[in-house]
Amino acid sequence: MRILKVSAIKEGTVIDHLPSEVTFKILEILGLKNPDTLITVATNLQSKHMGTKGIIKIGSRFLTPTEADKIAILAPSAVINIIKDYKVVEKRPVSIPDTIEAVARCSNPNCITNHDEATSKFFTISRDPLKLRCHYCERVMREEDVTIL
Amino acid sequence: MSRTDRNVISIRDFTRKGLEDILELAQTMEGCRGEPYLTGRILATLFFEPSTRTRLSFESAMKLLGGEVIGFSDPGLTSLTKGETIRDTVRMVESYADCIVVRHPLEGVARYISEVSKVPVINAGDGSNQHPTQTCLDLYTIQKCHGRIDDLTIGFLGDLKYGRTVHSLAVALSHFGARMFFISSPQLRMPEAFLEEVRANQCECIETGSMQDVLPKLDVLYATRIQKERFPDPVEYEKQKGIWRIDLAALSEAKKSLKVLHPLPRGLEIASDIDGTPYAQYYQQAANGVPVRQALLCMLLEAGPCAS
Ligand SMILES: Nc1ncnc2c1ncn2[C@@H]1O[C@H](COP(=O)(O)OP(=O)(O)OP(=O)(O)O)[C@@H](O)[C@H]1O
Ligand SMILES: [Mg+2]
Ligand SMILES: [Zn+2]
Repeated sequence: MRILKVSAIKEGTVIDHLPSEVTFKILEILGLKNPDTLITVATNLQSKHMGTKGIIKIGSRFLTPTEADKIAILAPSAVINIIKDYKVVEKRPVSIPDTIEAVARCSNPNCITNHDEATSKFFTISRDPLKLRCHYCERVMREEDVTIL
Repeated sequence: MSRTDRNVISIRDFTRKGLEDILELAQTMEGCRGEPYLTGRILATLFFEPSTRTRLSFESAMKLLGGEVIGFSDPGLTSLTKGETIRDTVRMVESYADCIVVRHPLEGVARYISEVSKVPVINAGDGSNQHPTQTCLDLYTIQKCHGRIDDLTIGFLGDLKYGRTVHSLAVALSHFGARMFFISSPQLRMPEAFLEEVRANQCECIETGSMQDVLPKLDVLYATRIQKERFPDPVEYEKQKGIWRIDLAALSEAKKSLKVLHPLPRGLEIASDIDGTPYAQYYQQAANGVPVRQALLCMLLEAGPCAS
């Protein structure tokens, strides 16, 4: 409870249940490395379900659907909590959408999306384990091949 | 393919029914010359990479039905070398032509062009990805030799790792309950993703390093060239290039009805003593490119038997 008091936010977003190892990566893709709002980050917290977990609390900021998709790909277990007036008013488990646009880079160097003006687009063919098929070059990317834009 | 489909980009876009419709129409195009189905229509062939068979058979298909062809086979002579974007090239070409055929070394270019073009687009090869009209003519050839596609046993031989014709044909055949043997060296095995895709359609797939074991079971042997240009290491290519060689003596174990297909050009895989025998179907296969492409052009341009 003490921790909550220190980092309590009035309005904003709490991204919970992150695997510890992707916590800082998610800060990076959300463009929060040099933030202008209140941010609390914790990793390697004890978690009943996950062993350890990470958590990111962002004041006065709500995530776009694209940002939520990026988090889903890196951390399918994440839960996005919307905070209004210090309370959790909404809990959104992330989900990997069927179509993923402008979120990830194709791992195939010979794919048009790495050369021309075409925007990357993938179809989810499996969520666990993660497998995405590039709409353009049709290659299948696995989790370890995924780079978030 | 239904009449509303405007493009031929990937074999993955086709259902079994769609493929059967193409083969059926190709049958009616057989020997069809001088019919004015495509009179007044212009096909643009954009070959950013060299091709002989594919480009010539598209031109032949178009001209046999009264159409005209414009295009290039050497992008060095176009403004593309001055850095023009693909989108701008398409903006120009679509106002000159009714249909675009494109071959490009980058994977996904045909798909991208189909999304920015107002006219129908046919993929004639995008890097190591897709070459769907080749797959259609491969299926057509199999149907012509065996009277059916269903329940055949097909052996794929040679470069199964880089060979896009093998990948696409295996995916297409998975709609027809084929039994497939993938015969290759360990270095040139069929990629796991394709095996998974084919198996997902309940097809029996077996990988093997021995041709003699499976040859007696085959209805079709689909041989491919070991492609020098795909090997990062020339030493590895030298080791691989001569591994597979089928001659008439080797076929003594095969069924009398076995048909040998090859997308051509060939390397050392098929000895010339097979050429004149009933086994050899590769020249007929190349010839089949014309009626198949006539069919596809009529479908996309809603012409001739496909006029609305
Ligand atoms: N006003 C707030 N400021 C900062 N963090 C908050 C605030 N309110 C809640 N949180 C944090 O948001 C997360 C979700 O809060 P909640 O009260 O729903 O916890 P929970 O019941 O443990 O949720 P879950 O079942 O998702 O683990 C917790 O990590 C909590 O500490
Ligand atoms: Mg909790
Ligand atoms: Zn790609």
